[in-house]
Amino acid sequence: MEWPGLYNYWIAIFLMMAGLYIVIAQQNLIKKMVGLSVFQASVFILYITMGKVTGGTAPIIIPGDDVLYSNPLPHVLILTAIVVGVATLALGLAIIVRIYEAYGSIEEDDIEKEEENAR
Amino acid sequence: MMSHLPALQVVVPLLSAPICVLLGRGRFAYGFTLAISWVAFVISGLLLQAVVQGGAISYQLGGWAPPWGIELRVDLVNAYVLLIVSAIGALVMTYAKPSVDREIGAEQEYLFYTGYLLCLAGLLGVTITGDAFNIFVFFEVSSLASYMLISLGPNRRALTASFNYLIFGTIGATFFLIGVGLLYQMTGTLNIADLAERVAPLTGTRTVQAAFVFMVVGLALKAALFPLHAWLPNSYAYAPSVVTIFLAATATKVSIYVLIRTIFTIFGVEFSFGTMSLGPLLFILAIAAMLLGSTVAIFQDDIKRMLAWSSVAQIGYMVLGLAFATVNGVAGGILHLFNHALIKAALFMAMGCVFYRMGSVRIEAMAGIGKRMPWTTAAFVAGGLALIGVPLTTGFVSKWYLLLASVESGMWWIALFILISSLLAIIYVWRVVEAAYFMPSPDGAPEGEAPLLMLIPTWVLIIANVYFGMDTRVSVGVAVDAAKALLGGGS
Repeated sequence: MEWPGLYNYWIAIFLMMAGLYIVIAQQNLIKKMVGLSVFQASVFILYITMGKVTGGTAPIIIPGDDVLYSNPLPHVLILTAIVVGVATLALGLAIIVRIYEAYGSIEEDDIEKEEENAR
Repeated sequence: MMSHLPALQVVVPLLSAPICVLLGRGRFAYGFTLAISWVAFVISGLLLQAVVQGGAISYQLGGWAPPWGIELRVDLVNAYVLLIVSAIGALVMTYAKPSVDREIGAEQEYLFYTGYLLCLAGLLGVTITGDAFNIFVFFEVSSLASYMLISLGPNRRALTASFNYLIFGTIGATFFLIGVGLLYQMTGTLNIADLAERVAPLTGTRTVQAAFVFMVVGLALKAALFPLHAWLPNSYAYAPSVVTIFLAATATKVSIYVLIRTIFTIFGVEFSFGTMSLGPLLFILAIAAMLLGSTVAIFQDDIKRMLAWSSVAQIGYMVLGLAFATVNGVAGGILHLFNHALIKAALFMAMGCVFYRMGSVRIEAMAGIGKRMPWTTAAFVAGGLALIGVPLTTGFVSKWYLLLASVESGMWWIALFILISSLLAIIYVWRVVEAAYFMPSPDGAPEGEAPLLMLIPTWVLIIANVYFGMDTRVSVGVAVDAAKALLGGGS
């Protein structure tokens, strides 16, 4: 396989790791959600990539025998996953709003401090 | 009608959720949810009966034949998981009214019941489906609902607990999704039975091995297997009582069920325990979970938190059973899955009763409670005994099979760890007993038992614990049959 080979997989893996790193490393809850979204988006790209057939066209039936189609199934699957991702993001942000109302901050350190003071 | 039962099992609670929103405030939402919970329970009972009599049921959604269409597949293993999930659901809803009235504002109640119905539909969906991608979707349906339910807890810490669970849960589910994607890439199918056949000749490839790792790690996160349990203690401790009961008894169990499916049905014993040598890893993590969970539980002053840490340990037992990959071991794991659902639901129900009366579940609030709330305390003690694994309770039966498996496999030292963890359980259960019976009640402590509506479901579960501890024919028979089917490849 020639460098960079199937470069779209490199992109997907890079985004995956970057997203996961943001989730772990960031203290700010909104940034964590951003990281989580990047992480999920990388998986969407992974799925979309695997459905592509080199030289394949959109899967709409064209008369003739030797038409090469891309695989539509991963795309359909990922539509569902995108909906799930949007719902997760919305719920996460809604909880962050409530956290802000309760603690007056969305930084993990401040929330911990606030909790210790209240004790 | 009968032939559509598998679909109805999921569709009924799923469609009830929006109806529940439309019912809005007032008394109807609760009655409606209660009725639906019992309907789901009856359906799962009928399904189990059909499976026991006629073998596995395959239901083709929309009439599309598998492996192209989505298949709902009910066999002996998941028929019992369905039954336990819906039975706990029905009992929890019967119990819920007074507790929910006290802990959740009247304005939000109908939304709370909606969330519960979605969570139930998701969990039943995960269990019943025969399609790997479907598992992910239903996982997210149930998880999103449970994040919402946890965030309704009375303490503001419920919000941060819920947020942490959201982060961990999403990462876990996404890992599972990556694994499914890689498998699809290699096999071109998502149907579990079809996957099992097509993965076998491909086990030498790096992609399938990576898929295995992604799926197992993702599910371990969802099931809160040590060291991926960080989300669990806070979520259970700060969620409303009813939510804790329901999630503790069902959510992690369903994840363990999917783990069983993944390891034994999709990838097969040979690959999982041979090529990938999963066995030693699971042994180490399970034993660490058992010892650490039980030890940390001893030092908790919040009893719900204590029980949550004990759940971490109990998940260790279940995974330990799987790690043996022998009939007795896997049967022990499956048995513990059922038994622990009964035990933990009963214990958390007792804590719900305490919270209802006392407004707290800290150890200080337990002082002298044995005299003031005799039935609740007795239920807690009986549940505690089952948790420890005293003979004539369910806890003993499953631990007995785990001991049997460890001796059989020539790893008697594992029996030692099971014993140590059980001894630690005696200590943390004893702390509550000591406070409840041997400390004087503080002045002006609220008198009186919890409402009958809460006590009856609690005691139904306690009686079930004792019954299935004595009459082991049904539960053990099914678990052993299920284990044989799983180990024999296919189901």
